[in-house]
Amino acid sequence: MDVTIPILILAIPLTMFLLLGIAGCKMSHRTAGILGCLGMGTVLVLAYYTAAQYFFSGNELFGADGVRLQHIVFNQTWLEFTPTMAIKLGFLLDPISAMMLVVITTISFMVHLYSMGYMRDHHGVYEHGFQRFYAFLSLFSFSMLGLVVATNIFQMYIFWELVGASSYLLIGFYYVKPSAVSASKKAFIVTRFADLGFLIGILILSYYVGNFDFMNLTSSPVASLAETFSVDIAAPQHIAQIFADNAAPVFMGGSVLTWALVLIFMGGMGKSAMMPLHIWLPDAMEGPTPVSALIHAATMVVAGVYLVARLFPLYLMEDTALVIITVVGAITALYAAMVACTQLDIKRVLAFSTISQIAFMMVSLGVARPEHHEALGYMASMFHLFTHAMFKALLFLCAGAIIHAIGSNDYTDMHGLRKYMPITHWTFLIGCLAIAGIIPFSGFFSKDEILSACLGYDWVAYVWMSLVAGLTAFYMFRLYFLIFWWKEHKIHEGHHAPHDQAWTMSLPLIILAAISCVAGFIPFGELVSWNGHPYDFMAHFDWSVAGISLAIAVAGIALAWVMYRRENALPEKFRNAVPALWTWCYHRFYWDELYMFITHKIIFGGICRPLAWFDRNIIDGTMDSFAAVTNKASEAIRPLQSGQIQMYVWYYLIGVLALAGICAACIL
Amino acid sequence: MLTNPLIYFVVIPLLMLAGIGLCNNRNVGAIRAVAVIGSLALLTLSTFLLVDFLGQRAAGADAAMLFVNDTVVWFAPLNIHLAIGVDGISVAMLMLSSIILFTGTFASWKIDQPKEFFLWLILLSTGVFGFFISIDLFTMFMFYEVALIPMYLLIGVWGSGRKNYSAMKLTLMLMGGSAFLMLGLIGIYYHSAADGNLTWNILTIAANDAIPHGWQNFLFPMTFVGFGVLGAMFPFHTWSPDGHASAPTAVSMLHAGVLMKLGGYGCFRVAIYLMPYAAAELSYIFLILTGISVVYGAFCACVKTDLKYINAYSSVSHCGLVLFAILMLNTTAMTGAIMQMLSHGLMTALFFALIGMIYGRTHTREITKMGGLMKIMPFLGVCYVIAGMASLGLPGLSGFVSEMTIFVGSFMHADMFHRVFTIVACCSIVITAVYILRVVGKLLFGPVYDEHHLSLTDAEWWERLSTVTLIIAVAAIGCFPNFFVDLINKTFTPEIFSVLGMTSTAL
Repeated sequence: MDVTIPILILAIPLTMFLLLGIAGCKMSHRTAGILGCLGMGTVLVLAYYTAAQYFFSGNELFGADGVRLQHIVFNQTWLEFTPTMAIKLGFLLDPISAMMLVVITTISFMVHLYSMGYMRDHHGVYEHGFQRFYAFLSLFSFSMLGLVVATNIFQMYIFWELVGASSYLLIGFYYVKPSAVSASKKAFIVTRFADLGFLIGILILSYYVGNFDFMNLTSSPVASLAETFSVDIAAPQHIAQIFADNAAPVFMGGSVLTWALVLIFMGGMGKSAMMPLHIWLPDAMEGPTPVSALIHAATMVVAGVYLVARLFPLYLMEDTALVIITVVGAITALYAAMVACTQLDIKRVLAFSTISQIAFMMVSLGVARPEHHEALGYMASMFHLFTHAMFKALLFLCAGAIIHAIGSNDYTDMHGLRKYMPITHWTFLIGCLAIAGIIPFSGFFSKDEILSACLGYDWVAYVWMSLVAGLTAFYMFRLYFLIFWWKEHKIHEGHHAPHDQAWTMSLPLIILAAISCVAGFIPFGELVSWNGHPYDFMAHFDWSVAGISLAIAVAGIALAWVMYRRENALPEKFRNAVPALWTWCYHRFYWDELYMFITHKIIFGGICRPLAWFDRNIIDGTMDSFAAVTNKASEAIRPLQSGQIQMYVWYYLIGVLALAGICAACIL
Repeated sequence: MLTNPLIYFVVIPLLMLAGIGLCNNRNVGAIRAVAVIGSLALLTLSTFLLVDFLGQRAAGADAAMLFVNDTVVWFAPLNIHLAIGVDGISVAMLMLSSIILFTGTFASWKIDQPKEFFLWLILLSTGVFGFFISIDLFTMFMFYEVALIPMYLLIGVWGSGRKNYSAMKLTLMLMGGSAFLMLGLIGIYYHSAADGNLTWNILTIAANDAIPHGWQNFLFPMTFVGFGVLGAMFPFHTWSPDGHASAPTAVSMLHAGVLMKLGGYGCFRVAIYLMPYAAAELSYIFLILTGISVVYGAFCACVKTDLKYINAYSSVSHCGLVLFAILMLNTTAMTGAIMQMLSHGLMTALFFALIGMIYGRTHTREITKMGGLMKIMPFLGVCYVIAGMASLGLPGLSGFVSEMTIFVGSFMHADMFHRVFTIVACCSIVITAVYILRVVGKLLFGPVYDEHHLSLTDAEWWERLSTVTLIIAVAAIGCFPNFFVDLINKTFTPEIFSVLGMTSTAL
């Protein structure tokens, strides 16, 4: 395969970042925006072309006998540690990376276009730092694309850090606002902490394995084709054997391989906001809404899922690690869904819904086993990642349109908007139907497969996740009814009535809504599966599971209908019936307070301050006291040099007598 | 001797000293001109040296040191020579020193009493350059002292705050280190050869490998601690925060950027290179000390409110990592250590330059008394963010490549203890993020704290030149690390590892 297009896919966003970052302040807002959109549009076309080539061209590099292969387009050594261990920067094409190219460029282009309208006020005046915004968006797109095409785990780590930094810059875009500054700081530090686990995991893995290549960890080379690999259970078995042969010590009940995999998953937990490292994501909503749609809903936050999927064959070697992933995912899904039912800020509801949906994907990976339905969970997880990216970006962009029109994030300022913003209303409704899992919208198909995969693994997981699916339908329609129904919209004096937005903002909504309607019919199993073998998911389709999940979703929507369609006292009554539960959910189970306590009281108050005191008073005090003792000693012997001749004669006499005494003592 | 390009690293500063000495006190333009031309000449010279060095390496020159000249005798009875020579590490260090001298000159464009200031600054640089080209222990030590003494005057006269206390403390502590070092060096001299032909020449001593292991265990701590004081090793680091806080901008830049590297370089060139057995045997003790430096420095930086204190503690942490990696005694970790020296030198110099520029405008370094500077001085703000990102190890900037090389290299160590300590050292990446983002958030972002700051201006041209040069250097290391790895890596020739009694691949 020709390397030009893959290189351009990465180079164009990087060039845009440098161009807009360095020369942006010299050009007009409009030019910068158009340049950004054009750049991303080109990347979109190139990425679609590449993905189409990969999936449909029939090139034997990408697949033989109907099995999809992994192909390395280029792989350049960037930093060499030893002749065998090196960080390479490369471009890997395989089913999931090709799918991610499509997801990232689609959402990123929509967001670029949307921001042309969003990042200006009602008089059409562009916001301060508009060029900077596009520069950061380009940096993010570059980093995210680099992450998904990584050929080795260290390349992934590099771009992992870069997406973290661009997320930091974009959350803190309104840098004058203290809340945005602290949110960006929190996001960076929490994910950095998770990355520490990721890094240690990489170190442990590479210590035993001897290099960082994904190909070595999960796949075997295809004999006849250069730089082409097939995912094959023999490769991870070989790796597991290396660990077993080294008889590495068992640490806290886990083998070294388990620990390495769990630590790597910890990195994924940070980025994908799994409990207990989820606390940064709701705060990250301080960033501009298009950023939330791109980074904190569709792309960056699924990096953790992507990481586990990338190493999935290796995870299959350690059941403990997969069980941990399942448990963490299941708890997070329920927790986030419960919290989402009580929040007032519409972006926060969406943020918690994102956490909950990503947890669905994690659970789906955690329950996937080749022996159950040929690892249906893997395919379902990737499918849900795809559909979720589309409908969640749609929901966020709708929320952005509403916030732009109303000037507030709080649904109590909204209500009854369906008459004023019809396009937003209908597209938002489509997004809600998709996430709730109503046939034929895309969420129905992907979520149904996740539930089937859970049922194949364990009935507890199935019941648990179905409950969460019901809650999802409930809280999304609660949000929908509260924004668009509930009561008549109250227009404040001196304000215009809210209205639909410019075409740059409406067009992305309509496109994403259209994708959400039809994406479910993509024969996803034929494109993506854990080992590249096409997967006939109709053969594993279970109508009873589908029927039950549909019934649960409808029940959730019906409940929301009853409680929130018209202004009534039911929500209040419900709240008073379970005050403790409601308060805990409303305060997000006090995780933020717990973290505040740990960072301020324990780390700052208990470690940093005492250490700083110790440094100044004990360590430095010792050094100072050396000087002081020297000073005192010289002060003490100084009087001996008084300059008085009588004193010197006196000392002389004492000396002579003493010497005489000693001599006498010796002689006698 | 004069045909050897290396000697000009000492000759040019001496000519600069003469030139500035001849300038009239009030003729600031002439003084600046001499300083700029001289530092530019040094920068050019080090670039040519780099190119020539790589050319010779590519042509197959595989001796440990190139450009060696050890024929000039200074004092025959004690075998003291003016012996010079460089390997990849010294070439990198010379490059670093000349970049920092160049940018430091621009950062002190508006200094008071420029004549005296530049005289002392260039004398200090003479010592630094001389140190890096020397391969005779005695000459090396002499240049080391030449580099340390001007610091006392530079801080004492041009400094701020408790400058007399800081200058005295810095000088005394470093002199204390020198005393250990002198003992160590004399000990090495008396065991330099088994056949009685005593020598100070590093290459000969290494080739002789005559220091008995018992003596190594005694002399290694002497030299390691002696240089370690300058490398801000716990618990001998306390001169650093006070010294940096009081020093003027260019001096802080040179001190953190280059002088602290003398410590790390010396630890490698003398302690490890000449006494590898003791290094392997005693590495436990020093790993604990340097491991503490790494984490402890970072924790202390989290609660300081003076910008210079924060950076001084951050330097303790980063330089701790240099010594930590050197002790791992394998190619990858040692390469990482040298990369970290380059990286830390450049980014700390950038930090101190920016702090000096901010201080010159706001007249305070307390982060509690500033805020929202990004809005007022966007150029300096952006540069500060870039420096911060380099410091916390963002890929694409120098901090990431050096730290990762160190972590990967250290984790390759066969011993469990070393690997566990590597994990401890890894934790610093999180703590670094905490204190960097805390400063950036408070200093640059948020609302403007003090209304008087609203009238301040952004960077002048000489300030822009200085910071942009450093940022380009930081990004160059971060984007093309393999070039530097090749330069450094080839230095760890089989000869060194034969001294270490190990093979480079087995490590």
